[in-house]
Order: sequence, then C-alpha cells, then structure tokens
Amino acid sequence: MNIYLDLFLTFAKVGVCTFGGGYAMLPILQREVVEKKGWATDGELTDYFAIGQCTPGIIAVNTATFIGHKHKGVLGGVLATLGVVFPSIVIITIIAAFLSNFAEYPLVRHALAGVNAAVVALIASSVLKLGKSTLKDAVCIVIFLAVVLLAFFAGLSPVLLIVAAGLAGYVVRELLKLELGGNEK
Amino acid sequence: MILPQLFFEFFKTGLFAVGGGLATIPFLQDIGARTGWFSNGDLTTMIAVSESTPGPMGVNMATYVGFETAGLPGAVAATLGLVAPSILVIIVIAGFLQKFRQSKTVDAVFYGLRPASTGLIAVAGLNVALSVLLLAGGEAEHTLPFNWPAILIAAAIFVGLRLKPLKKLHPIAFIGIAAVIGVVFQL
Repeated sequence: MNIYLDLFLTFAKVGVCTFGGGYAMLPILQREVVEKKGWATDGELTDYFAIGQCTPGIIAVNTATFIGHKHKGVLGGVLATLGVVFPSIVIITIIAAFLSNFAEYPLVRHALAGVNAAVVALIASSVLKLGKSTLKDAVCIVIFLAVVLLAFFAGLSPVLLIVAAGLAGYVVRELLKLELGGNEK
Repeated sequence: MILPQLFFEFFKTGLFAVGGGLATIPFLQDIGARTGWFSNGDLTTMIAVSESTPGPMGVNMATYVGFETAGLPGAVAATLGLVAPSILVIIVIAGFLQKFRQSKTVDAVFYGLRPASTGLIAVAGLNVALSVLLLAGGEAEHTLPFNWPAILIAAAIFVGLRLKPLKKLHPIAFIGIAAVIGVVFQL
C-alpha cells in the first residue's frame, strides 16, 4: 500500500478506536503503530506524550503529527493528523445532524459505562508496558514516583513537572556523569 | 463570513489550550459567550456527546461546535483550525529533534523526560480510574462508594490482556465486549 495512504488509514483507525481524551489513544497507538507497523517504539511514544503535554494543541493531534513526520516528513505529519480527525468529522456530523440527544439514550449510557471500565484496564496495562521500557534504573524510578506524587496529590502543572524532569535528567547524566543504565533509542 | 471566523477561533483554541481535550473547554465557553454561536447548555450536550463517541474528545468538540454553527463546512473549518497550530509547532520541534536527538545533552534531557511522562500518563489513568470505578457522591450513603460492576469488568479485562490467547485481541475487541456487557446488564 502507498505509505501516505497507510499513514492516513492507520491513524483513522486509531481515531475510531479512541474513546475519551488523548490518553485513551495510548493502548491503540501501542498496538497499531508500535507493534503492527513498527513506526515508533514505546520509548518514543513517551517522548511524544511528554512534548505534547507542554506544547500547544491537544495531545492526540500532537502525537499523530510527530509519528507521521518522523516517518514521512511534513506531508506524513499532515496526513497522520488528518487521519486521526477524519472519523470524528464523519461520526459527529451524523450524530449532530440526526441524533442530537444521542448521549441521553439509555442504550448509549449503558454501553458507555462498559466502555469506560474497559478503557481503565487498557490504560493501566499500557502504563505497565511503558514502565518496562522507561523505568530502567533507580534515578528513573525516583523521577517517576516524584512526578506521580506531585501531580496526583499536589496537583502541580504537567508543564512544570516535565521541565523539571528534563532538567533533572540533564543534571544527572551530563553534570554528575552518572551512567546507570542505557537509554533505549 | 462565518467559515474563516470559525477556523480562526479554533486556531486560537489549538494554539493556547495546552494538554488534553479537557483543556479546550474554557476556550469553547469563551467562544460561545463572545459569538453567541452556542450556549453553555449546548456546550454541555456537546461535551457529553464528545465523550461518548469514538475519536479524541477535543477533536470531537471542535467538529460538533463547527457543525452546529455552519453545517459540514463549519465542522471541517473548526477541526482544521484546531489542528493547524499543532501541525506547525510539532513539525518545527520534530525537525529539531531529528537533528539533535543524537546529542548527549538532548539525550540526557530525555533520560529525565521519559519517566516523568510515564508518571503523568499513570496519573491521568488513575484519575480516569477513580472517576469510573467510584460512585459519585450522594448515592453512596449506606454502602461503600465502589462501582462494583465497573471494577469487575476492568479487573477481568486487565487479566484478559495478560492471558496468552486473549492478549492477541485488538484493544477495540475488549472495548466492544465491555459495551455489550454494559448494555446486557444495564450498567
């Protein structure tokens, strides 16, 4: 298949399978983009989410642009992004035109209650998978735990935490020259 | 000229809303208040629909607002407006990364970023889990505030994701099965 068409269709599939915010996209990205297509590694996905947290725009779109661009330059980035938004345009247009009280149908509410429970399990499983490739040594585990505590209990902004963690990485690796483990490429 | 105006308003939202789809809500409220295209009540409906349909929530909301304001062309204009800043900014950053990813300094920064990003994803997952697996206040006066059916489904799928024959299934298969369970048992 033409690679540009492949990018568009793969990301359209990711869009169709995502229920919720950008994080709900992670399990689908791991399956379609990392495992099936090999367009990115788990480590690179965490990079894209880290940058997506701190840059303008919603994370789902930022990540699609990143992967498309890495693979096929500017046109690849644009096509992956158009792919991820295409299902929304079709589905929402149909619902807005014909089923404006869609979210109130009992059938939809019951189905969604099930879907949300599934999304919880999928995200939990994805985080474990990511952890295996990103938490390689004691310093990484300390940074991970600090971020979880500060974000969850103190409600610190993700942007602040990402900047601080980047700085911490620089201090540990470049200034203190600690080589604790390999950074997966 | 409502189409360029829609594109421009959502371009601003895409440029200034940092983070996930929820970050766009205050911007959408502001658009509604200034232009009169939709009320806060309309917006509540749009958020509910965006959360209950496939597609990233922020994109769904842009499409919905655009469609309600100016039909299908409006939906396309609003959605393209929302994603345009991301495309521009990320392509610049991605180009920079490709050039400097090999540098030791950049590598050191990403050494710190990866566990932090994993932590933020874990917290986002935790927040989703709390909102799904616990009952909203009020209903839970006499019993523990746990949403047992949801906990059961989530636990079963979590185990299923690790079992040999089942873990080959596509994530959407688990989502579909859970939807059917939700309908059958009237969750």
